[in-house]
Formats: sequence, structure tokens, C-alpha cells
Amino acid sequence: MRNWFAGMKGLRRYPSMLAGVIVIAIFVGVSISTVIAIPYGQAITLWRGGPEVTATNPKNAAPAWFNLFTSDKMPSTIIVNSAAGAGTKTEQTLANGMKEVDITLPFKYTAERFPTDIRLYTQVANSESSVNITASWVTPDGRTIVLQENRPVGASDTYYIAQDTALRAQLSGALPQVGLLANPQNKSKALEGNYQVILTAQIPQTATLNSRVVVYGSVYGLAGTDYRGRDLIVPLLWGAPIALMFGLLAAVGTGLLTFVLAAIGTWMGGKVDKAFQWITQVNLIIPLLPVLILVGHFYSRSIFTMLGLVILLSIFGTTMLTNRAMFLQAKEAPYIEAAQAYGARNFRVIFRYLMPRIAPTLLPEFVLIVPTFVFLEATLAVLGLGDPVLPTWGKVLDDAYAQGALYKGLYYWFLEPAVLLMLLGVGFSLIGYSLDRVFNPRLRTV
Amino acid sequence: MRGAIIRLARFAVSRGLFLFLAVIVGVYLTVVIANMGGALDKMRISQIQEQVAITVGMNPANRHLPPDQLKALTDAEVQNQIHALGLDQPFFPKRSFTYLYNAMTLQLGWAEHMVSDAGSRTVQLILIERLPYTLVLFGTANLLLFFATLFIALFLSRRYGSFLDKATIALAPSSSAPGWFYGLFLILIFAAVLKVLPWGGLIDAPVPTTTMGYGLSVAKHMLLPVIAVVTSTFFASIYAWRTFFLIYSSEDYVELAKAKGLSSSGVDMRYILRPTLPPIITQFLLVLITMWMGQIVLETVFQWPGIGRVFYQAIGMNDTPVIIGVIVIFGYLLAVTVFALDFVYAIVDPRVRVGVSGERR
Repeated sequence: MRNWFAGMKGLRRYPSMLAGVIVIAIFVGVSISTVIAIPYGQAITLWRGGPEVTATNPKNAAPAWFNLFTSDKMPSTIIVNSAAGAGTKTEQTLANGMKEVDITLPFKYTAERFPTDIRLYTQVANSESSVNITASWVTPDGRTIVLQENRPVGASDTYYIAQDTALRAQLSGALPQVGLLANPQNKSKALEGNYQVILTAQIPQTATLNSRVVVYGSVYGLAGTDYRGRDLIVPLLWGAPIALMFGLLAAVGTGLLTFVLAAIGTWMGGKVDKAFQWITQVNLIIPLLPVLILVGHFYSRSIFTMLGLVILLSIFGTTMLTNRAMFLQAKEAPYIEAAQAYGARNFRVIFRYLMPRIAPTLLPEFVLIVPTFVFLEATLAVLGLGDPVLPTWGKVLDDAYAQGALYKGLYYWFLEPAVLLMLLGVGFSLIGYSLDRVFNPRLRTV
Repeated sequence: MRGAIIRLARFAVSRGLFLFLAVIVGVYLTVVIANMGGALDKMRISQIQEQVAITVGMNPANRHLPPDQLKALTDAEVQNQIHALGLDQPFFPKRSFTYLYNAMTLQLGWAEHMVSDAGSRTVQLILIERLPYTLVLFGTANLLLFFATLFIALFLSRRYGSFLDKATIALAPSSSAPGWFYGLFLILIFAAVLKVLPWGGLIDAPVPTTTMGYGLSVAKHMLLPVIAVVTSTFFASIYAWRTFFLIYSSEDYVELAKAKGLSSSGVDMRYILRPTLPPIITQFLLVLITMWMGQIVLETVFQWPGIGRVFYQAIGMNDTPVIIGVIVIFGYLLAVTVFALDFVYAIVDPRVRVGVSGERR
């Protein structure tokens, strides 16, 4: 026990230890608050996506704070929804039992780059037949461009303005999301100012018409979005508790089991020891990653299957050999002999005398193994064998790699999870190496 | 003397048998997993049924046959093929042992789906074709890593506590990330942003005609993966060796040698390297082994056509014979290495006596 205490006191001399502890503490804090702020179910819904979650998110959007560092400003997504009370709606009763509805959806565009997509969503309630709407676009300098006339609309309609080829021809070949916003003086930049989308339709007296225009930007939130429009902040935040859980559980599982089994094996000797040595030898022949890939491909990709398998295959690994060597040495110490002489039982000798003596020496190794397992999860994910449900850093890396984020210049998509992985890994390593210098008695005396 | 030889032979045989057994266990495990415990057979059978139905149906000679005759013809052909592949035998125990036997005797057989670049379907040729690429990449990287870290560590252990020593040790945490991870960073920097090195692959698109040009082109493509492998373990490896040398250089006999006035290189060679030779050799042989297997993810990230990639592709295609082929070769190589180590130890370390029981090493 005194050994431990002296070691802990010595830690103050190592600033790298402090840095590591701070990094890990931040990750633990973020993990706990994430799990509380975004409960598991909600995180999974957000991560699995689908139109109802990501319909209004831009795809492949950079983090919003990128605008602080760029010369020409990138737009964020603008949503104007008449159902939510935005814009103005005027209704005028007509003679034939119909009414004319005019909806004006104004928005202010303040970026120099063009939006990535523009859509007009329309809902018609309480109407038996479809209605015809006419949509037009008013620019800040007062030009009016008719988008489409008499578009037949059912109960729910999405008008993909950016993909309207007729409109594109009308804009002399410019993509609608560019042509509609281009500055007439300088066509390579968007005209900033107040735009309007105006909708007119004749609908039955009892019906209601609502509309929503979405101008998709190219920046979003704190972390940006991926190719499916999912907010990357969810996997980045949720990746922390999952990475910590996987790394720590695997390290604790293998480290502790190996430690206990090595202690029992060396103390008992004879058949038990022999059997453990046999299993270790066989296990060394079996390569870990290929087996994980095989099981992941043919059976289950669940993170818990992987975790269990990792622990199972690593108990009798190379650490068993180093642990054994140390226990064999410790076993010969005079105080162990003394314990035996006064009649201590096997159990007591192993757990009270042998293990506490060796534990500090093995502690660094134990901490250093954590990043290995954290990266193992990412490795599996990059091979397409990540957990199918959970949002993890590895999955984001895999998506970014598979979708060619590096080719397309979407560096943030790759860098965000990569930097987090690196930070967590370095955090544990800093602690591990400092511990090694403190607890490795041979090194300390040199 | 005769007693020693008999003891040695006894040890060699029992050790060899044991390692062989270990390989058998490993390979059998692979056989079972790669066949999904036999469940893959159902998939194979339905594949055969589909193929036969198409071939029989498309054959102009069968066009005028009535449906029941056509069906009988198809069924007979399906049965034929199932029998030819042995799929009518149960997976446990018979066929799984056939697989095992064929694997252990290195009759790797035919790939189910994969084809080598030269067009062969034999597992042996598929693997042999890719082996040189894995060896040249990981051979370069691992040998560089091994010798560079060893000598840098020896150098640093002599200058314990110097600025260079502290700086190197401070960088040790960089080795917590695997090679492919650094690979992605390197691709980002050198291929995506600076555009000076290729994204991956083996060689430039019009393959250079001269041998010189070919070599240079491969070297250019190898640069990033080699740097990735080296960075991922460089500093941790130096740290480990340095610790190791420091422990040995604090022994009394080293102090004595220094006191005698031997040159520092003489002390290194005779009093530090000599007693640490067994672990160094172990490490070296393990380096050689990992080199054969390559790194599955690194080869995937860099599109390097090596063994690791073949293995991964084979898994993706459910190509059991190729999967088993890779594992069995790897298993044998590892077993032979472990076997050789026991004897190499005895040669370089006079304290170790092979085959003497009850001795601790």
C-alpha cells in the first residue's frame, strides 16, 4: 500500500500525467452530460436519420464556425414556414365558392456563396380535389421570376426548385439555386438582401393552404452534416461514451482477468499452470483482427459481441506471458514464504500478498492498452463492421472514407472524429507513460 | 552427450507436435466460422439451383421439353453439382474435417468466387500473386522500424536524461493510433491538400515501361504507407527498447566494464547487446511474421494489392477457401517461428538449456 502512495505522490512531478488526466476528465464529463442531454433513444433516432429527421438539414455542410475563417460567407439553412406564422397570408373570397390565397414568404439572405438546394413544401388541407398553385420569386432588386405556373398540388407536395429543368432554361442555363440568387453585376456571387417567395392559388372555401420554403445552406451547426444530412454533433458527442466504454471495458476485462488468472496459475503451478500455458500458446496462433472480421461478417456486428470476443481472445495473449514472468519472480519473495509458514491459505496469498505487489508494475501497461481497444473499434468500423445501430467515431470515419470526403475536400468530416480519437488515445497514453516512469522501479533508480 | 541429444530430440518432437495441434485448433475454428457453422451451405445450394435453372432454361436444345421434364432435368443437374461439391454430406463432422485436412496438407483448392489478376481460380495462385506486394511494403517498413528504433534506443540509453532523450520520450504517446489512422492523415496532407503524392494504389496509370521507372513509381506509391506504419510504432518502440537497455546497462558487470576503460561501443556490443539478444531476436521474428500478414486496414486505405486486402475481399465475398488459405499459411508461419525461437534462444543464451524441465526462463 505504501508503494502505491509513494507512487501517487511522485506523480506531481510529471506534467504529462496532469495533461492526460485533464483530457480524460473532459471526455468523461462530456460523456456523462451527453448521455443525460441526448438520451439513447433520441440519439439513435437522430443518427439513423430518415426524411423526418434530416429533411431540412443541408447535406455535406461544413460547421457554421467555418464562416469565421473564410473570406466569402457561406449560407446556413433558411426555413420560412407559413404554418408556423411566418410570412403573410391573405385570403379573398371569390364568387364561385372558392377563395384566392396569397402567401408571401420573405427571408433575408446574407451570404456570398450560393445555397446548395431550394425546395418549396406545400400542404393543402380539407380539399377533395388537387389545387393549382403559382409560385414566383422576388429578388432584393425587385425582379420577379415566375418559378412555375399552375402546378397541381395534392394534400402534400414538394417542389424541388433546384432540379426544375424548365426553370433552368429560363435562367439561361444557370442552376436555379445559383441563377435565382446571382448578383446581376457579378454573377459569381449571391446578391444579399430581402427575398420573397410568393404563392397564389384558388382553393375551396373550407380548405387551408400552407407553405414552407427551405433554402439549404452549406454550413450547419457546430459540427456540420454528413452525406445524408445527419447532424455530426450527435455521433461526435455520443462517440465519447461509447469509445470510453469499449476501451475501458475491454482493458478492464482483459487486464483484470489476465492478472487474476496469471496469479492463480503461477501460484498453483502444476496442472492449472500447464493448462493456462497451453491455452496461451494456442491463442497466440489465432490472429485477433481476422477472427473479429470473420465473426463480424458472418454472425453479428453488435458492439457487445465484439467486446466479448475481444476480451475472450485477449485474456490468454502476450500480456499473460509478461504477467506470468512477474508472478514467478514475486512468488519467491521471502515474505510470501513467511505467509505460508504462518499458514495463510492459497486464496489469501494470491489476493492479499501476490497481486498487490505486482499491480503497480502492471498498471502502466493496463492504461496503455486502452487506446488500442478504442482504435480497434474504429478499425472495425472502417472495415464496415461497426455496430449497425450506435453512432460512433469509427462510423463517421468510415462514412467519410467511403463517401470520399478527402477527395471532395470535406476535410471537417474526416478530421472531427479523427482528432477526437487521437485526443482520447493520447490522453490515456500520457497517463500510461507517466505511470510507467513512476512505477517502474528499475527505471526510477537509473 | 548422447543423453543431451535424446533430450533435445524429445523436446523438439513434443514441442513440434504441440504447435501443430495449436495450428489445427486455430484453422478448425476458422473453418467453422467461415462456413457460418455450416449455414453457408444453404446459400451455396440456392446459388447452384439458380444457376442451373438459368443454364437449363436458356439451352436451345431444351426449348421444346414439357415443364415436368425440364424440372426433372434441372433437379438432376442440381443434385449432380451438389454431390460433386460434397454439399450432400453434413457439415459436422465430416465435411468440416475434410476442409481441415485439406487446409493442413496445404491443398488449398479452388476459390469460390475470387479470381487472380492473371485469371486463375486456384487459391494458391491468388495468394502468391499478392504476396510480393505485401512483402515489399511491410518488409521495408518493418525492417526500417526494427533497426532504426533499436539503434536509436541504444544511442539514447547512453544519453539518458539528455534533451534528445526527453524529446523522444515525450513523443511516445503518438503511438497510440494504428498505421491506417496516420495513413488517412498523410493522404489528407500529401495527396488531398499538397497534391504531391498519389492517393494510393501500386503504380502510375500508364505503367512505366523501363524497370527503373517501374521501381520509382512503386517507391512513390509506397512512401506514404511506409511512413504511416513507421510513425504508428516508432516512438513507442524506441521507448520500449530504451527502457530495456537502461535496465541492462545498470547491471554491475556493465559498471565494471566501464571501469575497466572499455570504449562505449565495446560496452554496448559485449555487455548490453549480448545479454539482451534473446528478446531482440524474438521481436525480430515477430516483426517478420506480422510482415507476412500485412495490415488489412492499411492495405485497404491505400488500395495496396496485398494479402491483407485479399483476405478482406475474400470475407466480403464469402470465399471460404481463400479465407482458410490465408489463415493456414499464417498459422504455419507463426508456429515455425515459435518453434525456431526455442532453439535460437539456446544458441544465443547459454543460460537457457533446451528440454530441461523445471527451469525458469
